[in-house]
Amino acid sequence: MTLAELICPAGTPAALRTAVDAGADAVYCGFQDATNARNFPGLNFTPEELGDAVAYAHAKGAKVLLALNTYPPAGKVDLWRHAADLGVRLGVDAFIVADMGVADYIARTHPQARLHLSVQAAASSPEAIRYYCENFGVRRVVLPRILTIPEIRQIRTEIPCEIETFIFGNHGLMVEGRCSLTNYLTGQSTNMDGVCSPASDVEYARHEDGSMSSQLAGFTIDRFGPDEKAGYPTICKGRYTAPNRAQSYYAFEEPISLNLSRLLPDLIDAGVHAFKIEGRQRSKSYVRNVVRAFRQAVDDIRNGRAANIADLVALTEGQKQTQGAFETKKWR
Amino acid sequence: MAVIQMKPKLTLGPIAYHWSAEKRRDFYARIADEAPVDEVYLGEVICSKRAPFHEGDLPETIARLNRAGKTVIISTLAEVMLKRERKATEDLAAMDMPEIEVNNAAGLYARGQKPHRIGPFMNAYNEATIAWMARQGATHVCLPTELPAEAIAVAASAARDLRLGVEVQVFGRASPAVSARCYHARAHRRTKDNCQFVCEHDSDGMPLRTTDDRAILRVNGIQTQSESYIDLLPEMGRLAADGVSHLRLMPQDVDMVGVADVFRNVLDGTLCTDEADRHLAGLCGAVTLSNGFYHGTAGYRRMAVTART
Repeated sequence: MTLAELICPAGTPAALRTAVDAGADAVYCGFQDATNARNFPGLNFTPEELGDAVAYAHAKGAKVLLALNTYPPAGKVDLWRHAADLGVRLGVDAFIVADMGVADYIARTHPQARLHLSVQAAASSPEAIRYYCENFGVRRVVLPRILTIPEIRQIRTEIPCEIETFIFGNHGLMVEGRCSLTNYLTGQSTNMDGVCSPASDVEYARHEDGSMSSQLAGFTIDRFGPDEKAGYPTICKGRYTAPNRAQSYYAFEEPISLNLSRLLPDLIDAGVHAFKIEGRQRSKSYVRNVVRAFRQAVDDIRNGRAANIADLVALTEGQKQTQGAFETKKWR
Repeated sequence: MAVIQMKPKLTLGPIAYHWSAEKRRDFYARIADEAPVDEVYLGEVICSKRAPFHEGDLPETIARLNRAGKTVIISTLAEVMLKRERKATEDLAAMDMPEIEVNNAAGLYARGQKPHRIGPFMNAYNEATIAWMARQGATHVCLPTELPAEAIAVAASAARDLRLGVEVQVFGRASPAVSARCYHARAHRRTKDNCQFVCEHDSDGMPLRTTDDRAILRVNGIQTQSESYIDLLPEMGRLAADGVSHLRLMPQDVDMVGVADVFRNVLDGTLCTDEADRHLAGLCGAVTLSNGFYHGTAGYRRMAVTART
């Protein structure tokens, strides 16, 4: 059985301390710029904050993973290089990278640094994963959320590195690192700017019949009835019409959370080394509750006890949740 | 009206849609005979389930295009996950001729140091990545569609210094997303494994509209496309001056020979861009044209001609 590390989100220094105190084996975070895929206002770390965070985490036996998982546009590569240099100086335990140029820079300049392959690299086959392992010395791959457990079990036998999978949080639909939907509508790029459906472009409009429209950059992403709770206008979770769908429908996916609690024992058995909880944009109390519950469950399974899965399922109670591709390929 | 110096080559990208074998044969016959493009990319990039319908025609199509003096390149799948996708990628990567354009890291792995082109799905966003790819045997790189002009200039300059060809899409729908899920099947309440090839009915993509009836995106199997066609006709001079060596036209279900003629005539300086733009709009019917990505703004936008370089 693998150690089954718990990798927890840290959008702010306070969230980082919360996650560490709640039992995270590692936290992941980013700087306050385009070098990471959650470049949202009010999130992320200054260099000083990251230095303090590393000291705090290390004192409690937890690791800090620095997300450098966006794609520098030509002419701006230095921002990513400086972030990597800074991360090394501040003593982070690993870098989460996607861009080959960034991976190559860290591998050559800081050969002792540990590299994890971000889900943003979209490595979904043993060959793609081996490419990054053999060329850049990648030690762990974060798998796209599109594989079934038997497929993960198979990949495990064909790659020379550890596997990390998402287990809880936002359920991404598009191949990560290959999505420019936000740039198409707003002019801000997920890959280059670390932005997805930015709040600055969001508007809600109330209609006379009591319904509400959510808009992104002036495009209506969804319309909610008077009794429906209005959701955030993420493009891939909107409702649209199509020639054979006169009634608007979730053309890509429903606004739904990923919750793999029930599959946790199977995933550990399949050889997954680390479980990632999504949500750097979430509150401290959310982080505390989710990390605590998963800590307990993972420890129970590691010690041969039955985990109280019901507690984990209850974390998303009242919301729609899915096991996505992990349970069945019918999802596709 | 100036002839563009250091004239770039005009290329035709791979067909993104599930056109029937017959439609493809007719299409490429006409491209071979009439379209003023220098290079043609063939192969299935979007869905591995479609390949058996038309891959049998590949040798004949390649021969036909070669006879017409056109260079042929085979493009590999953008999404590689299943056994058949891994096998298809490996098989293509093992070929010596024709050239191969790789669209997934699995293809790079299989290709090793043998010469290859880097496809638009490979995320060659910057000079560091391009330099890395060149060291691994890349001879040519197609830049991501969302890259703005300033970044294209830096990337193209770096690629040229490394003696790499560098390509930018100047016509056709952009590909803002791909997925493991088939949205065509989903629209018809099916799954990918049971799709019954429903995508074959949408030869230019399935339109999605917002609830207030505004065209927004197109679905093409696992791919999400832009509603608008990219049109960088007036920008070609700057692209060429910045060192872009190849300009890509993506096949849409319009008169592609006519489209290629328009771009060729502008490159040759026999048609001014204003007139060419009008001509192109006529060929594209009701579809809107856009250049937002290039100008660093929302991709669907069309910057006013006066603001264009």
